[in-house]
Amino acid sequence: MDKIIIRIDGAEIKGKPGQTIMQAADDAGIHIPRLCDVEGLEPQGSCRVCTVKVNGRTAASCTQPVADGMEVENDTLEIRNYRRDLVRMLFHEGNHLCPCCEASGRCELQNLAYQLGILQPDKYPYLQPVRPVDASHPDVMLDTNRCIRCGRCIRASIQLDHKNVFGYIGRGINKQVGVNGKNLAQTNVDIHDKAVALGTCPVGCIIQKRAGFFDPIGKRRFDLHPAGTKVEDS
Amino acid sequence: MSKTRVIEIEPITRVEGHGKVTIHLDDHNNVREARLHVVEFRGFERFICGRPYWEVPVIVQRLCGICPVSHHLAASKAMDMVVGAKRLTPTAEKIRRLMHYGQIMQSHVLHFFHLCSPDLLFGFGSAPESRNVLGIIEKMPELAVQAVMMRKFGQEIIKATAGKKIHGTGSVPGGVSKNLSIEERDVFLRDIDQMKKWVRSALDIAKKYTLENLDAVRAFATFNSSHLSLVREDGALDLYNGNLRAIDAGGNIIFDQVDSRQYNDYIMEEVKSWSYMKFPFIKSRGHIDGWYRVGPLSRMNTCGFIDTPEAGKALQEFKSLTNGNPNHMTLAYHWSRMIETLHCVENIEKLLNDPDLQGTDLLVRGDRAEEGIGVIEAPRGTLFHHFKVNENDQVTFCNLIVSTTNNNEAMNRAIRNVAQEHISVKPKITEGMLNHVEVAVRSYDPCLSCATHAIGKMPMEIEMYGPEGNLVDRKGQYL
Repeated sequence: MDKIIIRIDGAEIKGKPGQTIMQAADDAGIHIPRLCDVEGLEPQGSCRVCTVKVNGRTAASCTQPVADGMEVENDTLEIRNYRRDLVRMLFHEGNHLCPCCEASGRCELQNLAYQLGILQPDKYPYLQPVRPVDASHPDVMLDTNRCIRCGRCIRASIQLDHKNVFGYIGRGINKQVGVNGKNLAQTNVDIHDKAVALGTCPVGCIIQKRAGFFDPIGKRRFDLHPAGTKVEDS
Repeated sequence: MSKTRVIEIEPITRVEGHGKVTIHLDDHNNVREARLHVVEFRGFERFICGRPYWEVPVIVQRLCGICPVSHHLAASKAMDMVVGAKRLTPTAEKIRRLMHYGQIMQSHVLHFFHLCSPDLLFGFGSAPESRNVLGIIEKMPELAVQAVMMRKFGQEIIKATAGKKIHGTGSVPGGVSKNLSIEERDVFLRDIDQMKKWVRSALDIAKKYTLENLDAVRAFATFNSSHLSLVREDGALDLYNGNLRAIDAGGNIIFDQVDSRQYNDYIMEEVKSWSYMKFPFIKSRGHIDGWYRVGPLSRMNTCGFIDTPEAGKALQEFKSLTNGNPNHMTLAYHWSRMIETLHCVENIEKLLNDPDLQGTDLLVRGDRAEEGIGVIEAPRGTLFHHFKVNENDQVTFCNLIVSTTNNNEAMNRAIRNVAQEHISVKPKITEGMLNHVEVAVRSYDPCLSCATHAIGKMPMEIEMYGPEGNLVDRKGQYL
């Protein structure tokens, strides 16, 4: 079968064999929000922000392959509420201080929050975890206060840089990104690595040193493509 | 044994931040002591530690929502030192100056019209229901509109240069992140003549108030003090850059042309147990006599001249009132403030016509340093930012002496002076009495949030306690 027909929110679209729901939706110009998924990396399905309902059951659209006759619910009140709660929890679990963060304006978490109408994440208590800042490397800084455990840096380091700089440490609520070494300076990370390139980390956890705030307000990524437009196109 | 009773004014209204006043009376209701307490604490100096230095100009400006640009620029100047930018590009320096003049203009207009003009135009003891900005809107709508539009002009300048009207990011270590486009410039040039006209009119209101009520102005919270500010190398008023000059009450130089980065050799801070706000003083004069004033009045006293024509002329007129000697009248802060506003508008016009603003050379880098000090004249006075940065680019030390902190002792003296004049030997508190004390504090345009890096609400309450500690009277704006 060359073409697979699915319906997203009632609209019929064509998918290709091997495609995920998200890929088919992207091809059809239907936006599905996402955080852990980014073009060029194998999907991980961990953030669950791209959750849709497939034939009545929830699934991560970045990992779920298309199948003929699928009925997909994407932009519904129920799904938007799921996504809103997931994004809220990411804010509550970390220390996200947008007003002072150099990623503000290009941060995918912030953009998604605006898109979902979260101007003040205040539904749950803030956990305010104590998390380390690793500034040991001359060119790269790791501020895990802002980590959302999307794993994009981990996958980019392995899949694109063919290194193994980043990895998860801890379990459960204490799980966060760490480095395979005593600190960043003790790893073989390089400023030119894809894992630390602008756009790999969706938030401000991995930053290139001494370049913060050079993009003026009005010219930042999401200033040009405001909240609600496609993350993957910006 | 004599007993004292205490009056508390808490919090003070129409100022930035949360503070209270206590007035101590003896058995005969004479004022023995009056103190301004700043009662909240935020601790920016501590939690900035560990953050990367390029974040600092963006973080520390969150001290304040009224003059964040001053903190943004003072921190940027400190970080210029850290990145080795000894001299900014002409475009960067002029964009920062434009941002700063827009900031001082909007802050001074806010203070004069929104916070203080109700006292000056309606009277200190007038009906409190209308002694506020809403009263101005109702009774002087044209003036109110002018105030709003002047402030808007300043705010729009900030937005065009910093990216946002409040808490922008335009200034970065070593320069700026954007220039001013022709389109942006032309919008301001269209309105600049109107702004000059309105600011002239505002200056006239402040001047007339002072001259027509000279006896009352002289009698209200006037006391001798030293004054401190930045001045240019030729002694001119310079709100963005310069060297430190301090004069005594007689106008004699205490020190002059001191590199502001050596402030630590000339100024110390004293801590007192009853306030989170520190008490700075000039080292050579000791902590008892070394206190000083800063802000618009002090800048008029310390500078030799102003290099923009209309404000320069206004300064001469201001100085002639005291025959060229320092002016120590607390209420003359308002006149000074409006002279500076005119100076800012003149400078904004000059800069808008300067093609350097459209330059594209925005950043400078040099030899990395581990320490940076930035000093600037904020709307309320001299502002010191001092940071140390380690080899990993993280801040390890921060000291902020903000404008209001410099005026701490002066505000306490002003309160004491007014309390002795208007509260001593008075058995009952009146609302007018309460407002006189506030007017004295308000003249300094204190930003108590900045001073302790604290934030708070501003309803006011005054309590009088009897010699036995019993509450005998209580008044408040919102009781």
